[in-house]
Amino acid sequence: MNIVVCAKVVPLSSVTIQIDPATKRMVRKDVSQELDPQAAKAVEEALRLTEKQGGSVTVVVMGGDDATIGIRGALAMGATAAIHLSDPALAGSDALGTAKALAAAIRKEPFDLVICATESSDSYTGLVPGQLAQLLGVPPLTFATSLTVEGRTVTIKRQSEGGYDVVTSELPVLVTVTTGINEPRYPTLKGIMGAKKKEIRKYTAADLGLGPAEIGESGAREKVLTVGRPPARPAGTVIKDEGQGGKQIADFLANLKLI
Amino acid sequence: MEKFRGVDYYGIEDLLSEEERMVRDAIRDWVEVEFLPLVTQHHRAGTFPVELIPKLGELGVFGATLKGYGCAGLNSVAYGLIMQELERGDSGLRSCASVQSGLVMYPIYAYGSEAQKEAWLPRLARGEKVGCFGLTEPDHGSDPGGMKTRARRRGDAYVLSGTKLWITNGSIADVAVVWAKEDDGEIYGYLVEKGTPGYSTLDISGKFSMRASITSELSLQDCQIPLENKLPDVKGLKGPLGCLAQARYGIAWGAVGAAMACYDWALQYAQQRIQFGKPIASFQLVQQKLVWMITEITKAQLLALQLGRLKDQGRARPQQVSMAKMNNVHIALETARMARDIMGAAGIVDEHPVIRHMINLETVKTYEGTHDIHTLIIGRDITGTDAFGV
Repeated sequence: MNIVVCAKVVPLSSVTIQIDPATKRMVRKDVSQELDPQAAKAVEEALRLTEKQGGSVTVVVMGGDDATIGIRGALAMGATAAIHLSDPALAGSDALGTAKALAAAIRKEPFDLVICATESSDSYTGLVPGQLAQLLGVPPLTFATSLTVEGRTVTIKRQSEGGYDVVTSELPVLVTVTTGINEPRYPTLKGIMGAKKKEIRKYTAADLGLGPAEIGESGAREKVLTVGRPPARPAGTVIKDEGQGGKQIADFLANLKLI
Repeated sequence: MEKFRGVDYYGIEDLLSEEERMVRDAIRDWVEVEFLPLVTQHHRAGTFPVELIPKLGELGVFGATLKGYGCAGLNSVAYGLIMQELERGDSGLRSCASVQSGLVMYPIYAYGSEAQKEAWLPRLARGEKVGCFGLTEPDHGSDPGGMKTRARRRGDAYVLSGTKLWITNGSIADVAVVWAKEDDGEIYGYLVEKGTPGYSTLDISGKFSMRASITSELSLQDCQIPLENKLPDVKGLKGPLGCLAQARYGIAWGAVGAAMACYDWALQYAQQRIQFGKPIASFQLVQQKLVWMITEITKAQLLALQLGRLKDQGRARPQQVSMAKMNNVHIALETARMARDIMGAAGIVDEHPVIRHMINLETVKTYEGTHDIHTLIIGRDITGTDAFGV
């Protein structure tokens, strides 16, 4: 089974993200990057499947030159190969532009299954996977809390408000995985040493057959109008225990219909 | 407090390769998730989380610079960064890895027979087996050449007699690398397996420092081992000293990790702690301490890094290793003490990592060549005059 994992390389979780007020984009230059912890879960799920059933895991990443460290991170975990979509023309792409670039790269690969995180942990739009499935012409199976493949049949448990739905489909298919699906492995030191020997193919926009009408800032139909801080939280209610504290908390929760 | 953010005031990150940064980040994450939640309870109980040893093996930490035998084959800088991150967790964790790698796997790799390497290195690398290193004795610490432990040939065996003290991992070790003198007055290395009649261990209790680490006494009473358990390729004090140069190199990096942990914690604390209506970080005396800490940490990082580069070029001299061990542990201990001071009363409780690092570093200052002994090693090197009386 050939699995493609779409991954993003994001600022390290310990970095305080800054927004460039001019471009309204996240500042990525000179910021330490890593494989998105959400994407690491997609990589982990792919590795578990191929360890059981054989096959390959190809990681596709769109990002600048400094994304290599995150790509190597996925290879160090055990991915077979990686594709890096790197071109200044891709900078400023909106979700659809990103999906078009990923789709163009994935179409060059033989694939049975595409796995994505539900959303990235830097911008959290969660738009790309659905668009990508549409462009690839495969069904999207979203919010998977578990993923199994028997023969050509994919089964997921789809997280829902009250529990989960079981959803199945025939391959090829795109699956988005949730945070809770697994705990990704740590890259081993031998894995890190081996990663530099693995292939990272680089594609430019031209290699993907995409032009300024579809990708980059010029192709983006989403526009960020303003960037602001979330409103400050209202002050909480402080209950002092003067003998009735427990009851007051219970009443408070009952008012909110939580108990 | 926020998660550890790393300490890099001078863009030293740029001097690291991508691979070196990945190694550091992998170990940093591992320590954060797998080790730090356990350390306080182990420190209180005076125990080491032995269940982590195979996990460290799986990551590839043990013998990480060795080639073959299931080892990762990293360069010295990547290895140093591993030690830094482990000791950011606790000196006991770094000690466990240092001993296994620098003091057990290294002598087997460098001085052992092919059979010894095949028998031990892959299992030690995986963390399935644990090793310890027996050099120091009750009456011979800084002066190992005066050791009393003896090895005598008796038929098809060597018979070892003596006592080794302050042995990290002693009681959990499956194999001990024991240094002993033969009748020719020369020191040789021997592999003593757990369970060998005449070999026993006793843990040292009552430690106020390095509590999350196992420290033992090894007793060898007419302990008979096969002839093939002698390390064939080394003779004299240079055998154990060669191992110690490896381990001291790791300590030079590890101490930086402990200092980084204390500095990061104290800085965050000083920014959050309000006295006289403002954060204590705004007071000149607190700033002076923090500035001393970051300056010394930066110098120590550069000292360790350049030592690693020299080591990878085969140009590092033992005296240079001494300087890095001596300086970096010294500034780490001072950093920990200042961090403790900045934190006031909060600095003495184990809710914060600072006091644990501080008391651990008292051990680190002493073991693997005391601060004073390293001073004399460098003194002899630059003056050409021996101040040891050796």
